[in-house]
Amino acid sequence: MTSFPRPAEGTWTAHYPDLGTGPVSFEDSISPQFYEREREAIFRKAWLNVGRIDDLPRNGTWFTKDIVAARTSVLVTRDLDGEVRAFHNVCRHRGNKLVWAGTPAQEACGVAREFACKYHGWRYGLDGGCTYVHQADEFFDIEKDELGLAAVHCEVWAGFIFVNLARTPRQALREYLGPMVGALEDYPFDAMTERYSFRAENNSNWKVFIDAFQEYYHVPPLHTHQLGPSFRDPKATFEAAHYQLDGPHRMVSTSGSHKHLFPEEHLYPSEVLLRSGNMGPWDAPAIDRPLAGVNPGQVKRWGIDNFQIFPNLEILIYERNWYLSYRFWPTSHNTHVFEADLWFTPATNARERLAREYAAVTVKEYALQDAGTLDGTQLGLESRAFTSHPLNDQEILVRHFHKSVADWVAADEGLRAEVGR
Amino acid sequence: MSASLLPSAFADLEPFASRWCLATEPQRWARRLEAGLDDMQEFYDACFPRAEEAIRYCDGFALHDMPEDAERLLQLLCSFALVSYPVEVWRQALPVDTGSARIDRIREP
Repeated sequence: MTSFPRPAEGTWTAHYPDLGTGPVSFEDSISPQFYEREREAIFRKAWLNVGRIDDLPRNGTWFTKDIVAARTSVLVTRDLDGEVRAFHNVCRHRGNKLVWAGTPAQEACGVAREFACKYHGWRYGLDGGCTYVHQADEFFDIEKDELGLAAVHCEVWAGFIFVNLARTPRQALREYLGPMVGALEDYPFDAMTERYSFRAENNSNWKVFIDAFQEYYHVPPLHTHQLGPSFRDPKATFEAAHYQLDGPHRMVSTSGSHKHLFPEEHLYPSEVLLRSGNMGPWDAPAIDRPLAGVNPGQVKRWGIDNFQIFPNLEILIYERNWYLSYRFWPTSHNTHVFEADLWFTPATNARERLAREYAAVTVKEYALQDAGTLDGTQLGLESRAFTSHPLNDQEILVRHFHKSVADWVAADEGLRAEVGR
Repeated sequence: MSASLLPSAFADLEPFASRWCLATEPQRWARRLEAGLDDMQEFYDACFPRAEEAIRYCDGFALHDMPEDAERLLQLLCSFALVSYPVEVWRQALPVDTGSARIDRIREP
């Protein structure tokens, strides 16, 4: 019955016995109270990916990232020595939001030597130090050296910029990422610099959309059209080749649809013409370095690695040498902002540009189907018609994610109770 | 007639140029939503048999240093890629089961 070997226990879920096999509650996705607990325990304590080093291409560049769930905006800079730094995007003087574009609710980016507060003209360097206090003589007992921006812990891993809003993070970033994700550190992300970015505001809890991207059980019923009409089987099933958990992080490898190997009659005419589609451009760029960390399960006919990095980052690495990253930013218990970036090696001619364009078009087409399920799921869950839900072995990552969220919240609340705050 | 937008070898696609030579995906997406399926089918049918030759024509230039008419031809091909989904896959402007979802492309090369 199964196409891929499963662990000795018989199922992936049984291989990780802490998960259990019982039905799962999604109360964590509909409760405003639980969202408040997540904000404190997760979004103010976990390492959060806010961008890539590509967002800071040279010294003096900067960007802001609003993290609504953590009730702050972060200003990320690359200072004149090339060091990446992060600060709360807030003026030391009267607490005005320091940098924004158009309105304070909009994120911004640019190049600067200093940041000036629009309100009273205080200025700060790229290193966060206060460089100018307007009418300094009028103040009482102030030391300019002590009036810098509030620093935020910031570390760069494999070109991904992470921040941590805790006063003292419980783990350094590499320790937090663990060995499974950490193994990707030398993957050639830096060769893939051509980016297509997407953004959506969705009417569901952030975890509901993450759940849609961490199981492929939904693919044959929802994304029927991914295969041409002659190849469709109404009874098609999906089975992933490998699942792996590591701390709060998780991954799945699939054998993918190697469309570049399909007979042409099973493909859409444009796929054949443009040599591209939902697995990316067919003509994979040569990469002269090892693909470090991919395919940890040593799947024979490997197609995609889907790394779910706690809490809200997903990295999808494709066999055709490109990758996708998704980030899910809660804005309330039942809304979130979705960000997607597709990363390719730079196109060298029009044909390659068009193959990338068609891949980017394709991702949006099917992501619209995924996003199309969200408000329906949120409304259904909020009805509380059912308070627990059966999950199958192919949904092991959904099970693990909600358990990880619950464990993380409980652990943080336990620690805070211990130290009396 | 002097104001042709496309290289002369692609004069047969000229009737589609003013509507489908669009520089960005948000512009192309908006055009896809306002165009009818028949409209897109007509554009698709005209473009498909010329696409390979058009790609070769564009590849005769450096990607970042193309003459304006070749650049517009590439934009037309990008529009072709975008309408191929309504025409080949969905038979409607939006993906089946899009519901209320909306996803905006906010950056591209």
